[in-house]
Amino acid sequence: MIKTVVEEISKWAIPVMLVFIPLIGMIRKVKVYDVFIDGAKEGFDVAVKIIPFLVGILVAIGMFRASGAMDLLTGAMKPIMDATGFPAELVPLAILRTLTGSGSLAFTTDLVKNHGADSIIGRMAATMYGSSETTFFVLAVYFGAVQVKKTRHAVPAALVGDLVAAIATVAVVYWLM
Amino acid sequence: MLNYIWFGLLAIALIFGAINGTMDKVSEAAIESAKTAVEIAIGLIGVMTLWLGVMRIAEAAGLVTMLGRLLRPVLRWLFPEVPADHPANGAIVLSLAANMLGLNNAATPLGIKAMEELQELNEHKDTATNPMVTFMALNTSGVQLIPATMIGVLAAAGSLNPTWIIGPSIIATFIGTVAAVLAAKFLQRFYKVSE
Repeated sequence: MIKTVVEEISKWAIPVMLVFIPLIGMIRKVKVYDVFIDGAKEGFDVAVKIIPFLVGILVAIGMFRASGAMDLLTGAMKPIMDATGFPAELVPLAILRTLTGSGSLAFTTDLVKNHGADSIIGRMAATMYGSSETTFFVLAVYFGAVQVKKTRHAVPAALVGDLVAAIATVAVVYWLM
Repeated sequence: MLNYIWFGLLAIALIFGAINGTMDKVSEAAIESAKTAVEIAIGLIGVMTLWLGVMRIAEAAGLVTMLGRLLRPVLRWLFPEVPADHPANGAIVLSLAANMLGLNNAATPLGIKAMEELQELNEHKDTATNPMVTFMALNTSGVQLIPATMIGVLAAAGSLNPTWIIGPSIIATFIGTVAAVLAAKFLQRFYKVSE
């Protein structure tokens, strides 16, 4: 029920906004096309401004992943994880999720296939992916667009959110299954 | 913080590349990732141009200010530093709405627009402000209502009930978002803006 409503809204949202906003503009006597061009001019610059930030972050993450350091990190954390009841299979996903969108998507798909689409691990993995964002990517794009280099507490605050979301995922799926 | 994480990732890659004998892959990943980053940025140009144009109409028509004023009670608590009539309010609302609906093509340009508005209020242009970090906390915790990609993955893997994850995802996202925002609010006093 919620799903159909949200899906319908998602389908209609963009076309409706693209007509509704200029319509209000017309009513308010705005020269809609002229104003559109004026604002749209900035699009190219903004996208180009992001490049250095994105190259910096993605290269570091790409190298880290390719080195295979992740497996050792997971192995080292396994005893701690077993003690807390957090499934060890999900630890690499929780870390990857913050670093790479495509990497964590591939990892989640593997977990779902290997453990089964209706298994507890499969559902936890899917929920973990679905309930979070690629934190470092988002930070690079948004701060890059406004050329902010000193990000202050942005990284720690975001990571607290990611950690809590990961724990909440495991707890909620355990509870509901 | 980002300086340490960035260097840490690079140093770990070199060390483990040597230990694991994966240096060729590390080398390739550096070149490939640089290419991917530029492709992503270039891919943004179209949607960025479209939404910045439409947003300018929305501003000129007074829609952005109106939307911000409408949701001011919530925004006042989240972003106390942003004046009530500032266009940043409306831009933040629009980008979060697009995020919730999973409209990625609109959410990123609208989010960037919101960051630009917040940058207008910033006295130290190279340093993040409190509202910026709070806005980032909302974005990095991913406030999407329907995890469409994951439902697709589960269905493709033969799930009998792929939409089962919608409920847990909404709960987990909500808890994560609240935690991120509270962390941002709590930590802001410890990260002073230095000259």
